Amino acid sequence: MTDYTPVHVGTVTKYVVVESFDITPADLGVRAYEIAKGAMIKETCFGLVINGKEEEVDRIITELRKIDPDHIFVKDRGFPPGDPRRCRANLGGARPGYHGMENEMTVIPYVSHGLETIKTRDIATIPPPQNPLEHGELEISRLKQLIETQES
Amino acid sequence: MAKVFIYPATSLILSDLVARYGHTPLSSATAIRERIQTAGLESPPLQITPDEPKKGLKWAAVEVPAGVRGRMSLYGPQIEACEAAIIINDADLAFGCMGCARTNELIKFLVRQKDIPRLDLYYPKSEEEGVQFVAAIKRFLDGLGGRK
Repeated sequence: MTDYTPVHVGTVTKYVVVESFDITPADLGVRAYEIAKGAMIKETCFGLVINGKEEEVDRIITELRKIDPDHIFVKDRGFPPGDPRRCRANLGGARPGYHGMENEMTVIPYVSHGLETIKTRDIATIPPPQNPLEHGELEISRLKQLIETQES
Repeated sequence: MAKVFIYPATSLILSDLVARYGHTPLSSATAIRERIQTAGLESPPLQITPDEPKKGLKWAAVEVPAGVRGRMSLYGPQIEACEAAIIINDADLAFGCMGCARTNELIKFLVRQKDIPRLDLYYPKSEEEGVQFVAAIKRFLDGLGGRK
């Protein structure tokens, strides 16, 4: 085994994912380059990857969120941008982890709608979602429907 | 500002909503980042060294496969550090090999054993469910207090 010397120590990397009809990753990229002071910014098909000191990355993300707050999503990343262990340029195919993000992109429009709606609706009047830990009884109508589906 | 463990630990949506409402999400990215930025022996791609399954013994017995114990060395410290948790049940993206599946079961078990505020949800499948999903998370996170 060889020694491992880490790079970009003390920095954070964050994904900025855009799911919007009005904003493209290129728009975000231009804005991020305008306001960045020493952070590394990489534009991708789904948004940006930003690497730098935590305060600087957070400042850039706070500014970017203002463009379209309900359609811009942010998460942490372990690896810096372009890391040969993860970058698809070296590996071929989609980056490991992209599939999870791609899966969540199908749900994000509902979340964006939720974020927009709770600004105008009283949050106390919104009913709670279905509790996964409650196992309700099977309704007779549902049972009949299942039987009919099996028989046909 | 509370430390909130999220499950699936790679979830973009949960990570974003927890940070958006002023708390700290504990996700797998932060655990991996610690290892990527620590000098030691080269162990690509995730810098998971043979020491990790040994550290995982704290949360899983010795007869449990090394894959589960290695994963637990990432998530175990986060579960111990968390002050609240949000769990999305039946998440398609949490699907994986048997090591992932058993680790996922153990993570959920440990989180439910811990006496902390916990929110169990499904992913929304419609716009109205999306509103309920976001509202439930906002109510839960606001209830934790200490907003930035």
